[in-house]
Amino acid sequence: MQDSSLSSYSPKPADFIPLTKQLDKHGISRPSLSYWQDAWIRLKKNKRAISSLYLIIGLLAFTLIGPLLWSINPNLQDLDAISQGPSFSKQALIVETPANWGGVTIDNFPSQPSPNFSGLLSSTEQIEIVGQATTQYVRLSWQPVEGASAYLIYRNDHIPESPEDLGLPLGQTLAGNQVSFEDRLQLNAQAYYYTIIATDGFNEASTFTTQQVDLTLAISARQADLRNIDVEVGATVSLPGHPFGTDYLGRDMLARTMYGARVSLFIGIIAPFIFVLFGTLYGGLAGYLGGSMDNYMMRVADFVIALPFLLFMILFKVSFGIGPGENGIIPMMLALILLAWPGTARVVRGQVLLIREADYIQAARLLGANTFYLLYRHIIPNAMGPILVTLTFAVPMAIFTEAFLSFIGMGVAPPTASWGSMSNQGIRNMLSSPHELFFPALFISITVLAFNLLGDGLRDALDTRMRGNE
Amino acid sequence: MLMTNRILVFLASTLLFLLSFSAYPQVTEVSGVNPETKTIQLALDQEPPQLDYMKATDAVSFFITEHLQEGLIRKNARNQLSPAVALRWEMTGTSVTFWLRENARWSDGEIITAHDFVYAWRRVVNPATASQYVSIMYSIKNAEAINNGQAPLESLGVRALDDFTLQVELESPTGYFLELMAFLLFYPAREDFTEAQDGRFGADVENMLFSGPFILTEWVHGASLRMEKNPMYWNKDSIEINAINIPYITQDGAARFNVYKDGKTALEGGLVGLTAEELEGALNERYRLRSVSDGSVFYLGFNHSDGHITANKNFRKAIQATFDSVELVNKVLGIASYVPGKSLFPIYMNGVENKFRQEYIVPEVELNLERAREYLELARQELGLETFPPISFLIDEGSTGPIVSQYFQSFLKQNLGLDILIDVQTFKLRLQKTDVGDFDLVLAGWSPDYEDPFTFGELFASWNVNNDGFYKSDEYDSLVRLVQSTSNQQIRMDAMGEMQDLIIEDVVILPLYERYITYVQDPRLSGVLFTVTGGSPIFTYARIQEEQ
Amino acid sequence: MLVYILKRLGTGVITIWFIATATFTGMHMVPGDPLTTERGMTDNIRENLERQYGLDKPVIEQYFLYMGNMLQGDFGLSFTEENRRVNDIIRESFPVSATLGVLSLFFATMGGILWGALTAIYRNRLPDIIIMFLVVLGISVPSFVLAGLSQFLILNLNQTMGRSILPVAGWGGFEYMLIPSLVLGLSTMAYLTRLMRSSMLEIANSDFIRTAKSKGLSTQRIFISHQLRNAILPVITVLGPSIAIITTGSFVVEIVFAIPGLGRYFVQAVAQLDYTVIMGTTVFFGSFLVLMVILVDIIYGFIDPRIRVQAAK
Repeated sequence: MQDSSLSSYSPKPADFIPLTKQLDKHGISRPSLSYWQDAWIRLKKNKRAISSLYLIIGLLAFTLIGPLLWSINPNLQDLDAISQGPSFSKQALIVETPANWGGVTIDNFPSQPSPNFSGLLSSTEQIEIVGQATTQYVRLSWQPVEGASAYLIYRNDHIPESPEDLGLPLGQTLAGNQVSFEDRLQLNAQAYYYTIIATDGFNEASTFTTQQVDLTLAISARQADLRNIDVEVGATVSLPGHPFGTDYLGRDMLARTMYGARVSLFIGIIAPFIFVLFGTLYGGLAGYLGGSMDNYMMRVADFVIALPFLLFMILFKVSFGIGPGENGIIPMMLALILLAWPGTARVVRGQVLLIREADYIQAARLLGANTFYLLYRHIIPNAMGPILVTLTFAVPMAIFTEAFLSFIGMGVAPPTASWGSMSNQGIRNMLSSPHELFFPALFISITVLAFNLLGDGLRDALDTRMRGNE
Repeated sequence: MLMTNRILVFLASTLLFLLSFSAYPQVTEVSGVNPETKTIQLALDQEPPQLDYMKATDAVSFFITEHLQEGLIRKNARNQLSPAVALRWEMTGTSVTFWLRENARWSDGEIITAHDFVYAWRRVVNPATASQYVSIMYSIKNAEAINNGQAPLESLGVRALDDFTLQVELESPTGYFLELMAFLLFYPAREDFTEAQDGRFGADVENMLFSGPFILTEWVHGASLRMEKNPMYWNKDSIEINAINIPYITQDGAARFNVYKDGKTALEGGLVGLTAEELEGALNERYRLRSVSDGSVFYLGFNHSDGHITANKNFRKAIQATFDSVELVNKVLGIASYVPGKSLFPIYMNGVENKFRQEYIVPEVELNLERAREYLELARQELGLETFPPISFLIDEGSTGPIVSQYFQSFLKQNLGLDILIDVQTFKLRLQKTDVGDFDLVLAGWSPDYEDPFTFGELFASWNVNNDGFYKSDEYDSLVRLVQSTSNQQIRMDAMGEMQDLIIEDVVILPLYERYITYVQDPRLSGVLFTVTGGSPIFTYARIQEEQ
Repeated sequence: MLVYILKRLGTGVITIWFIATATFTGMHMVPGDPLTTERGMTDNIRENLERQYGLDKPVIEQYFLYMGNMLQGDFGLSFTEENRRVNDIIRESFPVSATLGVLSLFFATMGGILWGALTAIYRNRLPDIIIMFLVVLGISVPSFVLAGLSQFLILNLNQTMGRSILPVAGWGGFEYMLIPSLVLGLSTMAYLTRLMRSSMLEIANSDFIRTAKSKGLSTQRIFISHQLRNAILPVITVLGPSIAIITTGSFVVEIVFAIPGLGRYFVQAVAQLDYTVIMGTTVFFGSFLVLMVILVDIIYGFIDPRIRVQAAK
C-alpha cells in the first residue's frame, strides 16, 4: 500500500530518450591478452631470462661491434710472438735480419773418429756465445772432443738437476769437427741453459758442460719493415699487446675470438633453431596423428638417426662442390639440419602422445578445432618444456659438431676462425699454453649458459598452466 | 612407478654383472720395465693391420714383424748389415748367391731352408696375392712380368741350388740390393704352413709361424699383444728381453704419454714422436729426451702438368726465393730436432765414403725478395696474365698441414701478393685429389724404403707412380736410368749429386723439413735401435739394468 | 601384443634395408676408395688389389653381392685391418663398448632423474642454481677436454700417492671402467637433468597433482607416485636412441682411455673409406637402434597405460 512514491512520480522528458549502447558496461578492466603476449609479459618478469637476453645481446655486440673497436687483422701472423699468453705491450730491440751462419768447422780435426779410438769421450769445454744472444738466434761454439763423430745440443729453462734433466734436444751436428750450433727454436726473453754432449754415434760422453745464456727480446729488421716500423737497427720499439694472447701462428686471439663468433654463432643458433622447429612439427604431427601414420613417420626418424653422420657430411661437402678456400658453412648447416632433427621429433612425439589424451584437447576438438589449430594452440605450447631443453642442448651440439668436423678436415677452411676449430687447436697445447683453449671454450660456455637461462625463462613463461599462478 | 624403477635397476645391474664377467683378461703388468723377469711394456698407436708380412704396408705391422721374423740379412746393434739366416753372400753383377746357416729354425722346430725363400718371394710377386709393395721386388729378374700376369711364377729369378744355397738373378745391377734383404717383403715363409691357413695367414696367433727373435703369444685384437723370446731362434742367447707386452693401443699420443708418466710403459714416442705439448710435459718431469731421424723428408709439391700456374719455372723460382725453411721449422713448427729442409736427400744418407750431403753440397738458395719479384714478373709475362689467379694448396688436417699451409698463405700474400686458397680434405680425399692431380701446391712427404739416396732420387722419374706433381724432365730421367744401370757407387752418387742440383735449379719441389722423432725411455732400458727404414724401434738388442 | 611386436619387427627390417642401401650408395658416391694409399701403385698392382676385394665389378653387382652376404650374416673382410672379418670386429669390440655404455647410462639416468627432481623441487633456489651451473659446465666442456683432464687428474693422483690408485688407461676390471663411463655419461646426465626438471615443473601444475593435494596426500607420496612417475616419460623417450648411441661406443672416450671398443670404428672407417666396416657398423647400429626403440615403446606402455591402449589398436 505504498503507492505514494508512484503517485509522486512525474515523468520527465529525459526519461524518453533512448539509451545509448554501452559496449564496455561489463568490460574487463584489463586488456585481453593472447597466449604469446601473456608469455612475453611473464618472460619480462623473469630475472634469469632477462639477464640471459642481456648476455645474448652482449655476445652479438662482441661479434658485430667488437671488430670495429679492436681492429686487428685476425689472420695477421706474428712469428715472433707464437702462443704467447695474454700480455700488454712489450719493448723489443731491433736487430739485423739473421743471415745464414756458416758455423765453425775445424779443418785439422777428423770429422769421423778413427776406428782405433777406444778411449772414453770427454766433456766439451768452453762453450762460447757468438755475437749477441737475442730471441732471434743464439749461436754457440765449443772445443772439439777427441773420438766424437757428432755433438748433441740440449736446451733447458732451468739449471739441470740431474744428468737426465737436460731439456729439449735441439739437434746434433753432422761431424766431429763441426763445433757450432745456431738455435732459433721459439726463443723467449729469458735465461736458457745449453748443454753439449759429444757422441760417437752410439755412445755418449758421460760428462758434459752447461752454459747459461740470457736473451733479450728482439725482432728482426725485416719483421720491423713488414710491420711498417721505421726505426734503425739497435733501437727499441714497443710491440702491441694481446689481451687474449696469441695462437700457434702468433695471431691475436681476441680478434680471432670475435671473428670466430660469426661462424660459431651462425651455426650454433641458426641450425639448431631450424632443426628443432622441424623436429617439433614432425614429431607433433606424428604424435597427433597416431596409429600407422605415426609408426611410419617414426621409422623414417629411426632411419635418419642410424645413418652414419660423418659419411653423409663428407658426401654433402663433396656434392656441393666446395672448392679450395671456400668455407662450406652452408652444406655443413644443411647436413646438420637434415640429420639432427629426429632427436627433437622423438621427444615431442612422446609429449604429444600424452597431451592429446588430455581433456582440454577433447573439449577443443568437440568445439570443432582443426588439426593445425590444435597443434599450434594447445599441443605444442604444452610440450614446450622438453622442446626448449632440446633446443638449448642443440646449441653446443652444433658448435662442437663444427669443431669435430674441423678436426678431421671437413670444417671451415683455414685461416677462417671458429670457436670450434680454435678450441680444437687449443686442446693440443692445453697444458703448455692454456689460454688457446680457455678463451674459445669460455665463449662457448657463455653461449650455452645464455641459452639455458633463456630456455628456463621461456619455459616458465610459455607454460599455460602457470598463467595467473604468479 | 616404483615397480618399473626396480625393474630398470635390476636390468641394469644384471647386465652389468654379466658384462663384467665377459671383460678382457688383464694383461697389464705393474711397471713398464721389470728387471727381474726382463719384461718390458709398450703402447702402440694402432693395432697392426697386417701381420701377413708379405702384404704389410704400414709402420706398426713393420714394427711387430721386425721382432717376429727374420730375413737373410738383418741390421745389427750398430745399424750395419749383418748375417741373419744367410751366413755369407756374394754379389757379382746381376747375380747374388746366399749361403744359409744350417741352424736357423722356424718356431715349430723345422729348419729354415732356401726353398722357404723361393716360396715366399714367388708368393709376393704372384698377382693373386695382391701385395701392394711388390714393386720393391721388381729388381729381381721377371718379377714385374710375373706380377703383371705376363710370365709364369716359376720364371722368377730366384732358385734354391740346394737346401742352404739361394741364388738370385737381377734384372739389372742394383746397388742397394743387399739393403733390401733386411726388408720384410723378402722374409721367408714355409709353403706347407702358409697354404694350410686357408687365406688367414697372419690373422691370429695360431695362423703364424716365426723365424725371428720373438714369437707372438697373445693377440687380443684392438686391445693387446704379447711377444715372448723365441726358444727356437738360432741366436736366442744374445737376446736379453724375455717378453714385450703391449697392453695399450690408442691413437691418442697424450694418452700414451700419460701411461708412460704413470710408469706403465718403457718407451714412448718411438713410433710417433712426442708432440710439442708432450715435450713440455716431459721437461716438467725432468725426463731425458732423445731424438732420432725417422727417415722422412717433407716437401712442398708443385703441380707440373699443363694448365697449372705452378708448371711455370719462374713462378716456382719466385716462391723458392722467398721461402725460408729455417724460419718454418724453428719459429712456426717449433718442434725441437726437426731439420730445416735444404735438399730432397736427407742429412743421414751415406754417400761413397762420407755422408752424402758432405760429399755433395746443396747449392745455396739466396733469400731475396727483389729477385723473387723479378721472377714473378717474368712468370706473369710468360703466362700472359694480368694478375695471378688464386692458387690452391691441398692438405689434410693431419700432421703439420694446417700450420704449413697457413704460413705459406700469409708470407706469399705479404711478400709477393699471391693469393693461396687452402684446400683441407680428409686424409682419403686428399690422397684421391693428389692422385688425379687436382691441386697446385700439395704438402707431401716420403719415407725411405732402403738406406740409399736412390729411394728419394727415383721419386721424380717421369714414370714413377709417386711423382705426384707429374714432373717430367729428360735430364732427370736419364740420371735415374744411369743409377739403375750400375752398381759402381761413385757413378751412382755422382748422378744423384746432379739430381740434387737439378731439383734445386728446376724447383721440382721445395724441401720443407726432415722429420725427427723425440722419445723418452725408462732409464733402466738401453740399446734400443732406431733405424730409418723397417720396423724401428727395435728391441732385439735392448738391455735392462738393475735399479740404478 | 605379440602381433604388435611382430609388426614392429617387420617394419624394422625394412628400415634397416633402407639404411643399408642409403649408406652403400652414399659411400660409393664419395670420391676415392679404400685402396687409395699414400704410396702410389702401378695400375697393375691396383688391378690385382681390386680383383681381390671384388671392387672390379660394377657397383650394382657389388650391391647385390653385399646384400646377399649380409642376409647370411656375413659382413665381409675389413680393408684396413686386412685379415679381420667385420663380424669379428663387432663381436669382439661391442661387448666392451656395451659394458662401458650400460655403466655410463646407469650413472646418467640415475643422476639425471635425481638431479632433475632436486632442481625442480628447489626451483630457483640455491641447489637449483648450483646444479644448473654444473649442467652448463657439463655440456659446454667438450668430451675430449673432459676425458683428457680426468686422465691427467688420475695420473696426478697416482703420482702424489706414489702408487696406482686408478689405471690411467687400458681395459680390464671395474677400476678401468669407472672414470671412462662417468665421462661418457656426463653429457647425457646433463641432458636428462634438464629434461627431468622441465617435465617435473610441467607436472607440478597439473590438475591431478592439485587433486592429490586437495585429497590431503602427503607431499612425499605425491612426489613419488604422481610427479616422478609422470615426469619420467620424456626421459624414457630419449633413452631409446641414447642406449643405442652410448653402448655402441664413444670415439673420444675410447681413444683417450685406450679402450678396445666399437666407437672408433665408426669414425675411422669413414675417414679410411673402409667400405665393409662402414656397412657393418652402420647396419649393426641401425638394427640395435630399431630394437631399442621398440623396447622403449613397450616399456613406455607399461609405465603409461594410456599409450599402451593406443599402441595395441
